[in-house]
Order: sequence, then structure tokens, then C-alpha cells
Amino acid sequence: MAARFQRFMESLPGCHGLRNVFFGRKLLISQIGMGNLMTSELRFLLNDREICLTDVGASDTLLDFLRIERRLIGTKEGCAEGDCGACTVMLGKLTETGMVYEPINACIRFMASCNACHIVTIEHLEGPDGGLHPLQAAMVEHHGSQCGFCTPGIVMALYGLWMSNPDAGVTEIENALQGNLCRCTGYEPIVNAALAAGRAGGQAQDALTRERGAVAVRLRAMSGQRVELVRGSDVSIIPADTDDLAAVLEDHPKATIVAGATDVGLWVTKFLRNISPAVFIGHLMKDMKVEGGEIRLGAGVTYSEAEPLIAEHIPAALDYWRCIGGWQVRNMGTVGANIANGSPIGDTPPLLIALGARIVLRKGAARREVELQDYFIEYGKQDRKPGEFVEEVIIPIRSDALVAAYKISKRRHSDITAVAAGFCLTVENGIITDARVAFGGMAGIPKRADRAEAALQGQPFAAASFDAAAKAVGEDFQPLSDWRASAEYRSAVTANLFRRFWLEQTETGLPVRLNYAVGA
Amino acid sequence: MKDETIIKGVAHTETIHDSAIKQVQGRAEYTDDLAEPYGLLHAYLGLSTCANGRIVSMDLDAVRSAPGVVGVLTAEDIPGHNDVSPTGKHDDPVFAEGEVKFWGQPIFAVVAETRDLARRAATKAKIEYEARPHALAPIEARDAGFGYVTDPLTLRRGDAAKGLAASPRRIKGRMSVGGQDHFYLEGQIAMAVPGEDEDVIINVSTQHPSEAQHMVAHVLGVANHSVVVNVRRMGGGFGGKESQMSLFAAVAAVAAKKWNRAVKIRPDRDDDMSATGKRHDFVIDYEIGFDDDGRILAVRGDWYARCGFSADLSGAVTDRALFHADNAYYYPDVELHSHPMRTNTVSNTAFRGFGGPQGIVAAERMIEEVAYALGRDPLEIRKLNLYQNGQLTPYHQEVNDQIMPQIFEEIEASSDYHARRQAVLDWNARAAREGGVIRKGIAIVPVKFGISFTATHFNQAGSLIHIYTDGSISLNHGGTEMGQGLNTKIAQVVAEAFQCDISRIKITKTTTEKVPNTSATAASSGTDLNGMAALDAAEQIKARLIDFVAERWQAPRDEVKFVPGHVRAGETDIPFNEVIASAYAARIQLSAAGFYKTPKIHWDRPTGRGRPFYYYAYGAAVAEVSVDTLTGEYVIDRADVLHDVGRSLNPALDKGQVEGAFVQGTGWLTCEELWWDKKGQLRTHAPSTYKIPLASDKPRIFNVKLADWSENAERSIKRSKAVGEPPFNLGISVFEAINMAVASLTDYREPARLDAPATPECVLMAVRRLQG
Repeated sequence: MAARFQRFMESLPGCHGLRNVFFGRKLLISQIGMGNLMTSELRFLLNDREICLTDVGASDTLLDFLRIERRLIGTKEGCAEGDCGACTVMLGKLTETGMVYEPINACIRFMASCNACHIVTIEHLEGPDGGLHPLQAAMVEHHGSQCGFCTPGIVMALYGLWMSNPDAGVTEIENALQGNLCRCTGYEPIVNAALAAGRAGGQAQDALTRERGAVAVRLRAMSGQRVELVRGSDVSIIPADTDDLAAVLEDHPKATIVAGATDVGLWVTKFLRNISPAVFIGHLMKDMKVEGGEIRLGAGVTYSEAEPLIAEHIPAALDYWRCIGGWQVRNMGTVGANIANGSPIGDTPPLLIALGARIVLRKGAARREVELQDYFIEYGKQDRKPGEFVEEVIIPIRSDALVAAYKISKRRHSDITAVAAGFCLTVENGIITDARVAFGGMAGIPKRADRAEAALQGQPFAAASFDAAAKAVGEDFQPLSDWRASAEYRSAVTANLFRRFWLEQTETGLPVRLNYAVGA
Repeated sequence: MKDETIIKGVAHTETIHDSAIKQVQGRAEYTDDLAEPYGLLHAYLGLSTCANGRIVSMDLDAVRSAPGVVGVLTAEDIPGHNDVSPTGKHDDPVFAEGEVKFWGQPIFAVVAETRDLARRAATKAKIEYEARPHALAPIEARDAGFGYVTDPLTLRRGDAAKGLAASPRRIKGRMSVGGQDHFYLEGQIAMAVPGEDEDVIINVSTQHPSEAQHMVAHVLGVANHSVVVNVRRMGGGFGGKESQMSLFAAVAAVAAKKWNRAVKIRPDRDDDMSATGKRHDFVIDYEIGFDDDGRILAVRGDWYARCGFSADLSGAVTDRALFHADNAYYYPDVELHSHPMRTNTVSNTAFRGFGGPQGIVAAERMIEEVAYALGRDPLEIRKLNLYQNGQLTPYHQEVNDQIMPQIFEEIEASSDYHARRQAVLDWNARAAREGGVIRKGIAIVPVKFGISFTATHFNQAGSLIHIYTDGSISLNHGGTEMGQGLNTKIAQVVAEAFQCDISRIKITKTTTEKVPNTSATAASSGTDLNGMAALDAAEQIKARLIDFVAERWQAPRDEVKFVPGHVRAGETDIPFNEVIASAYAARIQLSAAGFYKTPKIHWDRPTGRGRPFYYYAYGAAVAEVSVDTLTGEYVIDRADVLHDVGRSLNPALDKGQVEGAFVQGTGWLTCEELWWDKKGQLRTHAPSTYKIPLASDKPRIFNVKLADWSENAERSIKRSKAVGEPPFNLGISVFEAINMAVASLTDYREPARLDAPATPECVLMAVRRLQG
């Protein structure tokens, strides 16, 4: 028991490099020649204090650290799987454009993924006069808390929105709350509080605005070194950069690669799996660019970070994108890891396969490019060799084509998909010259619907062709029944998505999709 | 305390929840947040992985020898009774003995130095079962001859068989209604601290401290006076902590006494959802007789409930389903039967509405049947069949506080119901003509909900008020705070009584040491009962103070009264503080225990006759939805609610209850699905798989109003009405609107007859069925 409480040492003189010599010898001689600095300290900011830890396990979560070791009890555990939002804290990270603060789930955030970050908990929130923050005051005034257990998490999610989008309307507020469950209020007073807090303003006076320059300086000083954390046989490595990652994986080809931990987190919190040795890469491969008619996303780009590019270049997929996880999950989860992980449903793969995306796999200095559709071999098996990692995702911008992405689930937001679909059709002179349609949740891997595509290929762009494809897709898949959906439903809805796609391209004057806009 | 002349927070004002400021700051303490005693141990449960079977062997050696483990508890380690049955049926073991009866049943607990170590150790058990055939669903259980977990109930008035036979029209049908997990955000938790002798103090998230106390004493084999149960607040209850906490309180207490160290137990969410009971699923067979005008003549119905492996509260829950099988409608000849079926699932329990919603949803299905059969707006059928004052319910209680006509009139106008229904009909007609895939539905549904525990003796409450010499007031009562604002409302009542600012009043944790033998905070009765008990205590102290002031300040007794911040004696206003200090010096008792029992109620279950309810709460909702007939997805375009809370003690908190209940009721009937696999394991046991409504699922336009003209016809606390459960039923309006949208596919020739929950899958399958 006592050992647990000795895990952290706060900015103590002499803490820096305390254990480098000892563990540096034991670990990874290979990188020492590479010129990278290395440390055996995990350092980050927690509210207004700098934290420096050496005794950290790969599976240690931020939530347990906050609640058990720091007695910061405002952050609650509701589910330990990133689905209820009671544990929401703000995570500040250093980017090229300065500090960015986003709400995340502390329950599935590993401690090692907090390196060189600023963690802000509910206890840090206050108004300019030291009293209630405008958001807290609005929550009180609008009766936004009843039992109060979800409340700190909701306040933190809304705090993230309040800072990043002062003019947020109801739709933005609902999107910000996708990852927060409240069982008492019915959400109406919470949304009203968020609107009121937006009207109240005050962002310029907020501590996280005023102090972000200084925070950036402190975080920068913590960055750029490889961190190796060892507790007994448990090893965590936070590579300094992507080249360092390549080197680490050469030495630990079987290491668990942890990016956003929105899935790996559950391996630990739900299945008690040992993920050591673990390599934490959430801070790496953040490049995003558009060149040659393609979006190139570094594998570490989160869903939220990629969202502006999706909005600009694949607008038809924007709604779909915002239905991936909840906001906290999109702030943590990365597109690259979503692919690497090989889920049979996939959030992004059906869409990306339809668009003809490719990925860059890297091992050491060697890189190879793979068609995304070929990466998925069978359930649980991908075309990724030990020591290899997804470095980049390349998405063709198909403004020449008709693109759509659909997600079917019991609940519109923050639900694991029953069926996911990506459509990308090229139509020339009324003829479908190229049809790419991929589905998730219909087989052991995200997969193109070959027969349905064949039914469309070369056919007139007309209702009859889509009816034919809807029939043909029944031959493409033999889905399973589970708690998300029965096989019968999956098949029926898959066929109907071809009809929906067609109707969306036609001008009937009648709506094809539900209107979720508030007050419509 | 400062003397005040303007007072805030008295009755009938929109006072903020007493904990709101702490809650938004993360400073409100829940059981897991309490400072932990030195040397605290942690317990974790080992659950069965077999739905019905004999335990052939149980090897816990690896559990015992796992790192950090202090010991293991099984049925053998229980010093008293291995039972936490809330109704004395001895059918609810703490730990399974010899056999398991559902997947997820606790078999042992491991106690270790940390929760993580205990949890890891629990996975190391090797238990072998000899599986027996299991039945999960009520009809399956009936057909397998599993029998009842508790006595069924029959309600009868008139002659249903004769009435049906004489009816010009008759319809028979069946509907299945799913259960619901409470999904209180704060999971089950208990922390026991051992004391000297046989004493133990338990901090536990519970709606029923007295029950936890009695169960712990029963399991330890000690007197009730040895056990103290405390709870300051819960992170949600909804009925899920009325009896279900006893298991956790008992395990913590047994471990604490065994090792003489404080012990906490907090299951992971998945274990919480697997091992604790939920809302009862029902299958309802109904037969209704009516005339060509839509007047209901006779009703017969059978309510089969998935009760789980033991009785728990299933008797009262299935009773209440029958009590509400009429909802707001008079059935001239009626016969209703409950069938509390034993199943190999977790024992189902209380959940907001307590069976009532499962009665009401069937009543509304019957209205739909009549309306569709006659091609009429269901609202017309509803109005035609509303109770008139003086008519008898199926349980022979006379209805005499009917206000539904006024509620209907007001909400029809405020929601523009008739024009909107026409617009919906027009929309669907156009969609039918032009191949539109989005259909719409609109429905207006009333609720009449009976208030009181149907077990009459639970309708009592106590309180304890102290005034300290500085004029500060300590308020305690038997109710528990789970977010509903009970403490705030009762403090308002006390502030009003003493004419003092609410800030003078300290709301204290609920504890069995201050008020004994309390009832659960349940049945929406928390404020009704405890508010009256608190008022009784306040009035006792006031009476003493009035006597004292009359004498000391030489005024006639009838000229002494409490005014804001003062006591007025004739022409003199004496500051409250001065009155208290003087009264203390004069040796006036400044403390009182209050008590209340609900008058007029009685219930004779064997004959199915009585007046189980003190009064009824009423309300209505209009919901409009759009349904995507390609996918079965839907959106609630608009909901209007008008609800009766009598003369509201706190309109802001009451409105919050109504809004929250409506959305929770909607979740029950739409996205919340309990799904068991063939082996009997519940597979929707965490928020990743069990989906409660999100902010984006609430109605796109949501107008909620209290019927501010209403006043309780009975002498309830300040003429208010209970609010917790009744509006939950209004979510049925959404369900019926979805049904209408689907029924439009056959031009409303027949109802869509959706089962609940109407998940997108359920809706699409109905669409396909109706499309042929």
C-alpha cells in the first residue's frame, strides 16, 4: 500500500534524471547512440502544479491517480470505459499553434499518455473573482445538476466547448455532450446553462487563456526526450519522435502500441490485461497536409484534429465523422490507430476504403504503402508485421465523385456501430463508371461489397441500378446477430442504404434524412 | 447566525438545489469520496458464469494466494443469515450456496489491500457447474413450469367475461415491454467501519437506510441497534438502491467485522449491471371490448413479469402494474391478473414507476387498438373513456380528484395538437403518394398515477429538528437525497414554518441513528411523508416558543407569530436569535422529533379492494416524431408536457423532475435494450452496449409546464403532489407517436403494435412487416 503512495514526487530537487543511469543501462542500448535524450521521469502539469513521477505502470490510469493518489475527488468514475463522461477532465497539449485544451476521459487515459500535458480538473475551475466560473454559475442558475454525479464531467466538457467555441449553439452543445450521460435532468437545463455561459463570455479572463503562454513554456521544457518508465517487469516507453518510435519497435516488436487508448484503455479497465511493454505514441505523427489531391494524415492525428480537413474536403462525411465516439473519444482516438487496430466494424475504414485510401506502414527506416482495403485480411488479422507501425493515412479527395458515409446504431451518438457504410461513385454521362462501396459490421473485417459494386458498375445512374445493388448486397455478406443488431436487421438496412444513397442524389422535394436540428 | 428581515428559500419558491454549488465544483461528496479510514480494505465479488446450475466444485485457492489478498468470504463465512430478501422470503442469498440461479450471481467476495488487487484476485476462481435448463423470459418460464416468485394478484370489478361477450367489438392482443437498467451514474457502493462490541457503521449509497440496517443486522446475526447506516447523497437511485444495496452493505459489514478493519466494496459498472436488478420486463395479453363509439365496455388482461430468480420487490411491482392497467380510463367490467414469473435472470426490482408504467403502456396500447379499429384520433377515445369523479377503479377506489379534462384542454391548445395532427396526416399522405421515406407520428397520452406505498404501513415518516443556541437549525428526516431535491424542499418547508432564511438550516445526512424505522425514499413519496414529519417537528418547537414568547414578552398567545427573521409578540418583533437564546436560558426544549402517517388509506390485497392511494397525480404529453422507414431511425421532433404537481413546493426542481422523467421514460421505450445471449448472460451491461438517451436524443423542441392552477384535493404537504414517478409515464407519448408513423404505411388500417423498446431495428422490422 505504501508503495502506491510513493509513486509520485512533485518537482523535488534532484528528481530529474534520478533513475536514468540505472534504468538506462537496462533498457534499449540501441537508442543511446541516436542522439536522443532520455529520462525515466514522467512529467506533466496537474492544475497549477508540476508533477514528476518515476514509479508508473503502463496500465496506470489518470483517473485512479487523481482520485486515489491525489484525492481530487471531483472527477468521478461512472463506467471506466469512456462512455459516460463522469471522469471528464481537460487535457492541454502543446501544438504547433500553441496550447490546445480538450476534454478527455480520465478513466481510459493512461498516465504515460499524460507526459508533457496539462491536466485540468474540476477543482481548478473558478471564476475571475475566485468564486464560481461563469459556466458553473450558469449550471446552478439553470438547475443543471440533480444528483450531481455526472456534473463535474459535464462542466468540464462544456468548459472545453466554452473555450474553443464561445458562440456555440444547441447543436454544438449537444455534440460537445455526446460523451456525457446524465440520468436525472433530461439535459434541457444543462443545454440552457451552456447557452447562458456562452452568452456570459469571459474567455479572455479565464485562467487557461491567460496562463497558456506560460504553460506552453513549461510543457515545452518537458517535451522532446524519450521517457522510459520501469516498475518491476512493467515497461512503458514514450518515444521522443517518430524515428525514435521506429527504433523502439525494432527492439520491442511485440510491444503494445498505445495511441488514444480508446480501445486499449478497455483492455486494462475491463479485461485487466497486462499491456507491458507499452509504447505510447499519442503525441507523435501529428502532421496533416493536403497535397496532390490527397489528404495526408499522420497516424497520430485524432478525429477532432482531422475534422476541419474532413469538413473542407469530404463534407459528405462530416456528420458521420461527428458520430464517431463521443467528443472526448474523438479528442483522444486517432485515425491511424483506428485502422491499425483492425476492428471489424471500423469507424473510419468503410468510408476510407470507399474513397480508396492507402496507408504507409513503417518498420525501422523502411516504409511501404498498402491499399487500406488490403490491410484487413481476416478477423483479428491485419497486414502488419511485428515492429511495423502505421505512420500515415492517405485519403484521396474525391470531389469528382458522389460520396456518402452512413452509420446505423441504436443511438445516434456515441454508440458502437451496427452497420457502417462508405459510398464513392463516379458517374459520367449518366453511367456509373466506378462504384466503391464498403461496409463495416457486416463481416469479420471492413469490406467492399463486390457484388453490389458489380451491380452498379457500368449501369445507368438510375433507381433501378440501386435496387439491383440492394438485392446483390445480400450475396456479399452473411452478418452476425448480436446485441447491437440481428443479422436480419443488418442485411435489411444495408440493402436500404443503397436506396437512401440514390434518393439523396435525386430531387424529389421530400426529405430523405431525419432532421435533427433543434427547433426545426 | 445573522438576523434577517428578508428571507429566502421558503416554500413554493424556485430555490436552488441545496447541493448545486458543491456539485458544479466537484465538492459534493458521494460514498466513494469520503475520507477513507486508516487501513481500509477493499472487497470484490466473484460472479457466476452459469444461468442455472449446481456448483460442482469451487476452488478459491488461487484467489486466496493472489497478491494483497487478506481473505475470501463465501456463504459459510456469514455469521447470521445468508439472505437479503427485503420481504422476508429468505430467497435472496448474499452468496450462492450449492447452486446458482442466474448468470452474474455473487458466489464469493475477495478482500484485499487495494480494489485493483481484489478485482484481479476475483478472476482467479475456478468454479465448475452442472448446468440445468434455464428460462430467461416470462412466457418461456411459464411454459417451463417455473412458477411464481411471489403470490399473484387479481383485480376484478364487474364481470369481464360477460362484458366482453356482450361487447359489439372485441380485440385481443399481446405486447412485450422490455426492462430497463437504472444506470444511476454513481454505481453501488458501501463502506463499513467496524466498532466495539457488535457495532458497525455503514456508509452506503441507498434509498433505504433502514432496510440496509435491518439486512446487515440480519446477515451479521446481531440486533438492529448495532448497525448504523449513513447516506448523505446518492449519485442517482431511481429505485435501484431501494433493496439492491443490501448485498453490498452486507458484504462490506461481514468483512469489516471479520477482519476488524474498514472495508469498501464498489463493483465495476459491468458487475453492477450484471448482479443487480432492473425494471421488470413484461409480456401483456389483453382483450378489450368496446362499442362503435369507442366506449370501452370490458377489459381482461394478464401481466407476465420477468421477476428473476427471487421475489425481491416483485410482488408490489406486479401489483402496481395492475393498479395502473387502467391508466386514466374507466373500465366498466374488468379482470386483471399478475403473473410474477420466476426466471433465471437477476432479480428485478424497483424502478421509477414501480410496475405502473408497464400497466399504463398496455392501457394506452388498448386505446390505440380501439382508435385504429374505428379509424378515430386516439385522443377522442381517450377523452371518451376518462374517469368521471365517483367512478371506481379496478381496485374499488373512488376517483374524485379528476383534472384530466382541464389538462387535456390546456395542452391541446398550447401544443396546437389538432392542427399538428392534421399536418402529420398530410405529410404521411404525401409521402405515400410520392415515395417519401420519412413518416411522422403524433400522440397525446395522459397519466393518472396513484400516490402512496401500496403496502399501507410504509406510509409513515419521522424527522428530527434541533435548534442550537446560536439560532442555527439542524434538519434531519428519514428521506434520502438522490438528486430529486427532497432535502431542499423539506428545508423550504421548515424555513417557511420558522420564517427564517433557508441558509439557517443545515441539511444533514440521513442516518438510522437520528430517525429510526424509516421507509424507502420511493413511490414518489419522499417529500409527502418526510415533509409532513419535518413540519410536525417544527410545529412542536414553534408551539413551545410561542408559549414562551407569549409569557416572556407579555402578549396574548394568539398574537404571537413567526414573521421573517423574527417572532412577533403583539407589536414587538423579536429577532429569531434572541428568541432562541432566551428560550434556551429559560430551559425550553429546542429539539423535536416529528412523525407523520398518511391518513385515509387502506388496502386489502386478498379481496383486491381498498383505497391504496391517498390521491392521484395527473399529466399529459404530446409527442411528435419522424421515422426513417429505410433504417428504422427516428427523432423526437417536439414534445409538450403539462404536468400536475399540485401546489409546487419548488417549481424549478419539480420541472427538473418532469423533464428528466420524460427523457428517462423515452429511453425505456426506445434505445434502452437489455439483451441476453442464449447462455443467459446479459450482454448489454455497460454504457458501451446499453444506451441511455444523450442530450442529442431529447426532443428537438421540448416544452415542459407545470399545471400551476392545480392544488392537491387532499391535505398533503402544502397541497403539493408527488412528482418523481408520474411523469416517467409520459414518455409513452413518444412510443405511440412512433407507432403512428409506422402505422401510416398501411394508412392506419391497423396499429403498428411495436414491442418496446422500439429500437431502430424493432421499427424497421415492423415497417417491413407492414409493407408486406
